[in-house]
Amino acid sequence: MKKLLLSSIIVIIGFTFIGRLSYLQLFRFSPDQILEDPAIKKIYDYPERGYIYDRDGKLMVGNQPAYDVMVIPREVKPLDTLEFCTLLGIDKATFVSKMNVARHYSPRLPSVLVPQLSKEDYAKLQEKMRHFTGFYIQKRSLRYYNTHSAANVLGYISEVNEWELKNNPYYVAGELKGHTGIEKQYEEELRGRKGVKHIQKDRFNRDIGPYKEGRLDTLPMPGNEIQITLDKELQEYGEQLMHGKRGGVVAIEPKTGEILAMISGPTYDPALLVGRERSKNYSKLHYDSIAKPTWDRSILAQPSPGSPFKTLNALIALQEGVVTPETTFRCYHGFYVGNTLRGCHCGGGIKNMNSGIYESCNAYFAGVFRKIYEKYPTTDQGMDAWEKHMKSFGLGGYLGTDLPTGAPGRIPDKTYYDKWYGDGRWAASTIISNSIGQGEIAATPLQLANMTAAIANRGYFYTPHIIKKIGGSGAIDPKYTEPNYTTIDRKHFDPVIEGMANVYQYGTAKWLKIPGVDIAGKTGTVENFVRIDGERMQLTDHSVFVCFAPVENPQIAIAVYIENGYFGARYAGHIASLLIEKYINGEITRTDLEKKMLEKTLEHEYAKPYSGEPFKINQREW
Amino acid sequence: MSGKGPFGRIDWISVILYLLLVFIGWINIYSTSLTDSDGSIFDFSTLYGKQLFFFGIAVLGIILVLFVESNFFERFSSIFYMVSIALLLGLFVFGKTIAGATSWYNLGFFNLQPSELAKVATALALAKFLSDIQTDIRTRKHQMYALVIILLPALLILPQPDPGSSLIYFSLFFVLFREGFPIYYLGILLVMVALFATTLMFGTVWVSIGLVILALLIYTFKKASVKIPILPVVGAIIVSILFSLSVNLVFEHVFEQRHRDRFALWLSLEKDEKKLEEIRKTIGYNTYQSEKAIESGGFFGKGFLEGTRTKGDFVPEQHTDYIFSSVGEEWGFLGTMTVILLFSIFFLRLIHLAERQKSDFSRMYGYGVISILVFHYFINIGMVIGLLPTIGVPLPFFSYGGSGLIFFSMLLFIFLKLDSNRLKDGI
Repeated sequence: MKKLLLSSIIVIIGFTFIGRLSYLQLFRFSPDQILEDPAIKKIYDYPERGYIYDRDGKLMVGNQPAYDVMVIPREVKPLDTLEFCTLLGIDKATFVSKMNVARHYSPRLPSVLVPQLSKEDYAKLQEKMRHFTGFYIQKRSLRYYNTHSAANVLGYISEVNEWELKNNPYYVAGELKGHTGIEKQYEEELRGRKGVKHIQKDRFNRDIGPYKEGRLDTLPMPGNEIQITLDKELQEYGEQLMHGKRGGVVAIEPKTGEILAMISGPTYDPALLVGRERSKNYSKLHYDSIAKPTWDRSILAQPSPGSPFKTLNALIALQEGVVTPETTFRCYHGFYVGNTLRGCHCGGGIKNMNSGIYESCNAYFAGVFRKIYEKYPTTDQGMDAWEKHMKSFGLGGYLGTDLPTGAPGRIPDKTYYDKWYGDGRWAASTIISNSIGQGEIAATPLQLANMTAAIANRGYFYTPHIIKKIGGSGAIDPKYTEPNYTTIDRKHFDPVIEGMANVYQYGTAKWLKIPGVDIAGKTGTVENFVRIDGERMQLTDHSVFVCFAPVENPQIAIAVYIENGYFGARYAGHIASLLIEKYINGEITRTDLEKKMLEKTLEHEYAKPYSGEPFKINQREW
Repeated sequence: MSGKGPFGRIDWISVILYLLLVFIGWINIYSTSLTDSDGSIFDFSTLYGKQLFFFGIAVLGIILVLFVESNFFERFSSIFYMVSIALLLGLFVFGKTIAGATSWYNLGFFNLQPSELAKVATALALAKFLSDIQTDIRTRKHQMYALVIILLPALLILPQPDPGSSLIYFSLFFVLFREGFPIYYLGILLVMVALFATTLMFGTVWVSIGLVILALLIYTFKKASVKIPILPVVGAIIVSILFSLSVNLVFEHVFEQRHRDRFALWLSLEKDEKKLEEIRKTIGYNTYQSEKAIESGGFFGKGFLEGTRTKGDFVPEQHTDYIFSSVGEEWGFLGTMTVILLFSIFFLRLIHLAERQKSDFSRMYGYGVISILVFHYFINIGMVIGLLPTIGVPLPFFSYGGSGLIFFSMLLFIFLKLDSNRLKDGI
């Protein structure tokens, strides 16, 4: 017993140690320790974010340096606080509290004292900097906008949020990332790839050299330049015209599907969301719940399209063979649904397709619409056929553009109405409003522009897109170079386009002709209602216009939607006409027209429903 | 083996195990103290350079030991002991204070720690006393003498303060147990430790209830033929309860807060998560970092010189008391197992050597050596891997430190010298 005592104790100790070490090193060990290892710090080397150019190679977005004043609290020597504060443009209380925050964070590590000094402040400060030990200036890169336009299209970059941190291992807290627009859509192209250095730290968090001699380190890969399809000048001009108006404008090049302009009113200067004032400006824009400047109306607003939609009903009727261009309907200054007369502004009389379009006759299209449904034994079948044609124009669903946001619009189908009215309890006459683009139809300005492009191409469209070229290779997603064919045969387009061209010759837009350019277009005037304090109120009609030009070799297709702009040829027609002239001729000859658009605003219309007073709608302005 | 010369009959297995342990220890000191600017391993301004130098001195000391007549140690053991006691006393006047403990003499090139020397001397003196033909350990008087020999240096070291080293002297009780000191004393000691820990964890009331239930269980399930008298059992329970009560008194009034915190951490007494975090950051910081470092090594370790926490100096005192955490981080489970196995084999080999001695003195000294080494090993690694509270003792042959390495080597090689001469015993 006494001889074995010590030996047994040694063996027992040995097993105890082995047990404990197995627990620590085998059971508790996890292979991704390196991620939480306090001894290894990753330092990132950020490449420059890629520039953004317009379709002609004009710079739209670049980078600018910004200067952060940094402090290492432990190294700070007594200083002339007053002078320093004056140079930094802050008061003493701010300075003291920021110093305390920095000291609390770490006396040994740098903290930001004043972020993003302007170039001017930096110049002043730089020569005095040597008097202030413990402070230094750190350069960083911010976005620079070479335009005051296209804020919503370009988007902005801002710090990654927690959700992204959790779901995307690439990002580290505090990094910048594109959050809207092109910055978001092409984030990976623009940002490049940051370089990583692994630094071995000691327990005071000081660097003590590279980890594993830098074998795990990587070099930064610069971001790609991208060229987008916007025409900078057209975009800027369009935004000027939209001054004081709410709505959306989209211009597309029909033969490529490239988006030439995407304007939302009201808009803002993209530079507002860069620099020291960013968060203040962002709150202002974001919380403006009435004008909603950050809500891109060109792709998110989904008004009823109104009369431009008649052109599609005409095409469908031709394709279905239920009318010919010569088929006529009589307009009784309106048309009868049962015993009710629904009004029409065309002037009445007998209409064929040509005059039905250019005079925008409701009665004609109600007749056409009925004929489409009459062809089929049941309303359901008629609805299916009609819906299929409509959707082939990119309506009633997402278009699949390379914009990070969008709206589907709406083409109602039979299930929709079955739910609404009950199964089998509706017919073509019930939904007759669809014939003139009102009712349950909804489309974004982008969808309208795309539909117009499909008409301009006589039967197909390219998915609208904003990207033209990425980096040196230039390759973009092949789905943007494949045509999407509509269900309408090419031959049926000519009579409809003729009608649209006559809109400018004899019709609703005859005052908007551009000398030397043949345009085909269609006005729209859309009734709209709001609910204020639970009361349904009608507001001044939305002004809608779609057109393309030149008729024989279309270069541009445009959809303009102006909230409460009254009839289509007013605001929307004017703006569309000026944009076409600008794009095709490069200059404006009709300066009176231009002046009117630049000066007129609709602020008074927008104020009406909020005034609390009774108001009149659809008043004549000129 | 020819039996001629100083190395003739030395136990080469022990020597090789010793060299392996010193080598592995040095490798880890190298890793913990290497900085990027360092060049040669013989650079004596670095810790690993110095340790190499100390090893050189240790080798000289070993050679000296091997050339000395083996009965020299037995004959002069009383004098060694008295010199050590004098040196320990002298510390109160001439001692040099390092890190709050007055444990060193400044010899210019070298700080001498007499408590290390005293371990050798006490082991020798105890062996000398016990092997005396007139000593009978079964008598109270001689038990008292033996206790005085052991406890005198411990008492002198305690106020330095160096409770760790002081505690080490208690290991010499194992020599007494080997020589006939009743083993149930060890049992009583273990019961006291158990009572101490359980009282802190559950309180006197629950401990008392537990003891009574235990006694009842024993009476219920014992064989009918076995008679256990009631009175001593009741007496034992009462004494235990009194002890349990005194534990609370001692813990609250004799211990300082830092000691209480160590126990709080060790026995998971503190339930308040915030306070626990605070303790972890202060008193438990070393243990926490050391456990983390060992844990992060996994099965294979991060590789030599690749231990990030070792390089970053995250474990304080890593080159001295916490050297084993570097083994854990850089060499992983394989490394720690190797070291544990080497130590175990080494100790068992030494016990084997001790048991084969013909001379009582040699055997008793051998047991002294083994007890001291095992105690260091147990307390040190137990602390580093978080099984024991923080008690500052070095890991023999591993930890950085001149006095430690040199005197551990002397301690061992005096025994190996005695062993090599065992056939000539009885002169």
